[in-house]
Amino acid sequence: MSVQQVLPLNGLASEQSGPFRADHLLVAEMVKPGSKVLDVGCGDGDLLQLLETRGIDGRGIELSREGVNRCVAKGLAVVQGDADTDLVNYPDDAFDYVILSQTLQATRQPKVVLENLLRIGRRAIVSFPNFGFWRMRLQLLVGGHMPRTENLPASWYDTANIHFCTIKDFVELCDEIHVKMERAEALDLYGRPLRLRLPWWVWNLFGEQGVFLLSRGQGK
Amino acid sequence: MVGVKSVPSPTVPSPTISADDRSHEVDHPSSEVALFGAEQPLRLDCGIDLTPFQIAYKTYGELNADRSNAVLICHALTGDQHVANVHPVTGKPGWWETLVGPGRPLDPGKYFIICSNVIGGCMGSTGPASINPATGKVWGLDFPVITIPDMVRAQAMLIDRLGIDTLFAVVGGSMGGMQVLQWTAAYPSRVYSALAIACSTRHSAQNIAFHELGRQAVMADPDWHNGAYADQGIHPHRGLAVARMAAHITYLSDAALHRKFGRRMQDRELPTFSFDADFQVESYLRYQGSSFVERFDANSYLYLTRAMDYFDIAADHGGALAKAFAGIETRFCVVSFTSDWLFPTSESRALVHALNASSARVSFAEIETDRGHDAFLLDVPEFFDISRAFLQSAGKARGLTNKDG
Repeated sequence: MSVQQVLPLNGLASEQSGPFRADHLLVAEMVKPGSKVLDVGCGDGDLLQLLETRGIDGRGIELSREGVNRCVAKGLAVVQGDADTDLVNYPDDAFDYVILSQTLQATRQPKVVLENLLRIGRRAIVSFPNFGFWRMRLQLLVGGHMPRTENLPASWYDTANIHFCTIKDFVELCDEIHVKMERAEALDLYGRPLRLRLPWWVWNLFGEQGVFLLSRGQGK
Repeated sequence: MVGVKSVPSPTVPSPTISADDRSHEVDHPSSEVALFGAEQPLRLDCGIDLTPFQIAYKTYGELNADRSNAVLICHALTGDQHVANVHPVTGKPGWWETLVGPGRPLDPGKYFIICSNVIGGCMGSTGPASINPATGKVWGLDFPVITIPDMVRAQAMLIDRLGIDTLFAVVGGSMGGMQVLQWTAAYPSRVYSALAIACSTRHSAQNIAFHELGRQAVMADPDWHNGAYADQGIHPHRGLAVARMAAHITYLSDAALHRKFGRRMQDRELPTFSFDADFQVESYLRYQGSSFVERFDANSYLYLTRAMDYFDIAADHGGALAKAFAGIETRFCVVSFTSDWLFPTSESRALVHALNASSARVSFAEIETDRGHDAFLLDVPEFFDISRAFLQSAGKARGLTNKDG
């Protein structure tokens, strides 16, 4: 996905521990060593490189040709493809984890994509910007215009992000399609987890993004 | 780009290199040769056992102690084993010196590189231009029709002969890419990594059509004599040159032709109002045709184009491409070029989908260039970066000592 362009997360640069992004470190922490992972919308392959350092067999799909070629030039197993159309080509249970990092909101059919993630992978890790974040709400309430932040700087007319949701919305979708949430984290503006066990409504207000570890629930 | 020469006649000129040079290479190549006697026939798809036969090949670099650094390069339709040395007939540099050589992605200081002339070829491996030992005469059309799997089977026998069990990489573009894919389908455990460039798992109807055009041009030349021209000491060079000219157009792109030639005139200001090569693009094509016939045998061209036409991996596996690669552990890198209309990106994408469905480890890059199918033979830095990174990453996984290469 070319989501990297609309979600530069540049503000994180000074907050990184080592060369890796804080949200990537959190995702990597959720993956068991030695597993097989597909990163959907892998951008320049930073997360895949991080996973590789931990002995994880990582593969990637990326929409933009430039992103794919940069990944392949790093020796990563990445193919050009579209989350909306190409996930159907993967067999059931092909991966231990399928990761969708900051890409869900750019897909045409988030629900179908989510279902495919949990068909291909035994678990899915999904992260997305939370539109319930207080600064988003404030911009709409007080400013009267569609919210724009450091991490989501594009205007409504040129953003690739077409399906924004809040943490609350996402939790409801997971319930609706019987997806089990094994772990949930809300991250602050700097990509650091809000480590406190807080009620959903607090996360929905103070989480800049949500990161969820999902598995197939009952009835699936 | 090859220098454009003025070609001063309305017809394709006669070759300047003698037919003797070419026919000498056919049976006595200036490279290593592996001979396979009656005890080791080549089982052909058409049902015939070809025996005896020989494979002409070149090697570069040295095989390491645990025999894990061997790379097989598969050449394209009109290529040969002289991948990185001066060509014995034309005197030109090797055809893939952009990729193979010191400091290149395929560095002989790091890998043991093998390139063999395909069976059916005319640079020393047994083909229609070779002497048929049963008759003492040139095979001509008595040579059995061969396929891409036949070529690969012969290569596997050569690799056995060289004492190599698993190839670190099999690399090739176009028809060479078809051989790479056939290697992975037929001998998955013998191929650690596969670099398949500008190719397809099957030859398209349009490509078969272009090949038929070329073959008809050869056969329409009165010097062809139903393939028995060698007996008469002649070569259907006009027909073969036309075939090459038509094929060469398919290797380029409209944008590349415009960029290189546009509508510019060749050594003149005004049209001559004749069928002379007024335009640079005409002169260029005539040069391509005439230089090709100096080094290539007409019947060999018929056989090799036919082999490509028959290629269809899915058909050999019950119609399902994914079945051909089920459970494969080979690391794949698939590369296509945006302006290649002979083997378009859609063909590579179909291959990648099948590999994904087999859970194979695959990288797939489409490289933006206006240089058409031939881009894989040209100086395209992004392609080299990707090839180098893929081979280095595979080398690391294979435990090859990482001399910078």
